Amino acid sequence: MREPVKKFFPHPVLTLVLWGVWLLLHDTVAPGHLVLGFILAFSISLLTSGFWEEKVCIRAPLILLRFLGIVLWDILVANVTVAKLILGRSGKLKPGFFYVELDIQTPVGISILANTISLTPGTVSCDLTEDRTRLLVHALHVEDIPAMVKQIKERYEAPLKEVFTEC
Amino acid sequence: MLEWILSALIVIGAFFTLVGSIGLYKLPDFFMRLHGPTKATTLGVGAILIASVLYFSFTTSDISLHEVLITLFLFITAPISAHLMAKAALHIRLKRVGRTREPADN
Repeated sequence: MREPVKKFFPHPVLTLVLWGVWLLLHDTVAPGHLVLGFILAFSISLLTSGFWEEKVCIRAPLILLRFLGIVLWDILVANVTVAKLILGRSGKLKPGFFYVELDIQTPVGISILANTISLTPGTVSCDLTEDRTRLLVHALHVEDIPAMVKQIKERYEAPLKEVFTEC
Repeated sequence: MLEWILSALIVIGAFFTLVGSIGLYKLPDFFMRLHGPTKATTLGVGAILIASVLYFSFTTSDISLHEVLITLFLFITAPISAHLMAKAALHIRLKRVGRTREPADN
């Protein structure tokens, strides 16, 4: 990226997201709001850039889209599964804690992975070890822990790792 | 036709939200209870919001997209609050059901 652009847009993704949120809040694409939203998005991301030390780079947006699709589908399927688990006999459930060894290193990637784990029903991410290498996960019902870890790593971590890399 | 789709979506949403609350009530320990409400917000609220988008887009002249924001905020805040509560519960060593399997190594 050229220098002046970098200087005024330290976090282009943040600027775009803020702009989008502003327009959605007002549910309009009227020119006035386009300009006002842009001014806000521009100045907020510039003023807060000191708090965002880490640069966020999104590589391979197509993979990100595919990932979102997978997550939405999983939420749908797993909600039904969890509904059955909750309505069934709770004495039969086998809850458990387990660690997921993380290959992904960027903080943004880790937080999105943790969010995804919590959003997909049946698992909640509980804790991240201080060295950011392992994520503690609680599962409502888990028969085969290694298989579940493998599924989390393959389905969610692998695509996230490709998308969020250090700049 | 539209009314049928809307009714179906609202009933589905209400059902999953209800299941979430039932889970909150009847599951035996804190960590398991946590699963109820964090889940209800995804499909339950999701279905109701889709119904809202459809209703306002078809009955008024504008496309209603406020709901996208609600979804966005919900999907960001729900897992974070669940994570914080779980972390706090771990910290004060809250009791869990005896059959809970512990992590392989601590």
